[in-house]
Amino acid sequence: MQPDDATLTRDGLAPSGRGRVLLIACGALAREILALIGRNGWDHLDLHCLPALLHNRPDRIAPAVEAAVAARGAGYERVFAVYADCGTGGDLARTCERLGIGMVEGPHCYAFYDGVEAFAEKGEVTCFYLTDFLVRQFDAFVWTPLGLDRHSELREMYFGNYTTLVYQAQTDDPALTALARAHADRLGLGFERRLTGYGDLERALARA
Amino acid sequence: MADEDDDLILSELDDEELVAQMFDDLYDGLRDEIMEATQILLDRGWQPYDVLTKALVGGMTIVGNDFRDGILFVPEVLLAANAMKGGMSILKPLLAETDAPRMGKMVIGTVKGDIHDIGKNLVAMMMEGAGFEIVDLGINNAVESYLEALAREKADILGMSALLTTTMPYMKVVIDTMKEQGIRDDYIVLVGGAPLNEEFGRAIGADAYCRDAAVAVETAKDWISRRHNQMQAGA
Repeated sequence: MQPDDATLTRDGLAPSGRGRVLLIACGALAREILALIGRNGWDHLDLHCLPALLHNRPDRIAPAVEAAVAARGAGYERVFAVYADCGTGGDLARTCERLGIGMVEGPHCYAFYDGVEAFAEKGEVTCFYLTDFLVRQFDAFVWTPLGLDRHSELREMYFGNYTTLVYQAQTDDPALTALARAHADRLGLGFERRLTGYGDLERALARA
Repeated sequence: MADEDDDLILSELDDEELVAQMFDDLYDGLRDEIMEATQILLDRGWQPYDVLTKALVGGMTIVGNDFRDGILFVPEVLLAANAMKGGMSILKPLLAETDAPRMGKMVIGTVKGDIHDIGKNLVAMMMEGAGFEIVDLGINNAVESYLEALAREKADILGMSALLTTTMPYMKVVIDTMKEQGIRDDYIVLVGGAPLNEEFGRAIGADAYCRDAAVAVETAKDWISRRHNQMQAGA
């Protein structure tokens, strides 16, 4: 059964207790990770998601991962953090190294969906990225926390230096594309869709 | 707060009440009310610098403190800043004509690859409010842009801002280049931005990391006065 987005956003996902390797992941990646586990028959992987809203509080990610390892890690052969740096400024990497667990390479999920090297080469500093999850949860992650639901006049202060909303599509879904385009319109940005699929995420999980 | 004050006529308040009301209106991000009150104080003979420091900066300091303490969040701070900017737009031409204190000159901008300028703009505004002259280089600045502006403007302070963990290391590139050119100690270097901390500021060779705009102002004042003391001691 697919976990619902609202739960993944605020609560995360408990592990099933089956499997030898515990994945501790951002809730924003749950559907994609479950899809890859299903597609590849990776029954040894058990998924535990932390609330995706940590995306907006990167200073809390490393402590949350450490707490999850302490609370859930026992009984598994190993643990792997399905996070990139995600704005932690190296905190998460240092925590994972100290705990002896692996993590995903790259600065954030936008980079590993695109391919970390390809993303860096593009150097698109005026692009604002959304994934499938963030398109669906745009209000919870962008519109409401930034106060744009109450004060649309702030839009220019937040997004005035951006030019384009880039929708990195993990799945080919016309309804999501239309929704992403509508978000771009609300932000006053140009729109571009890139079908990235799962990018480097699949490779990262293969070595988890 | 706004609802109960709907019928309030600002011009009927005495000075003390009006300044207190401006604190409330800044807190609520009411730009029109702030502009009106600013003009009322000027019409009553207040010096522009006094309006700026006693009413606007005073009010924004409360906003800054409540942001630091987790009572207010970014949208509310931006609304307050927008209200303060309204008042500043009236005061700025007048401040240039009067002999408001000049604290020093700061070149400020976000680093290469970073277009997020909300924090930088808040710092620039509060520094201006404290009497610093600001040369705002805007966003996405390469090292050459900073160094050229520092020399051209004969600045005292360099302020660099970054929101992204991927761009903040560029601050070290700028500071290292200043060292290579033998000009590092000619300037006070302040850095700030959400992912930074004191440890990072020290590691890259900045003079100080500033957690927020109010800290930036106090830090800049402190470093400027230290410099003056050093100059006097050496004279």
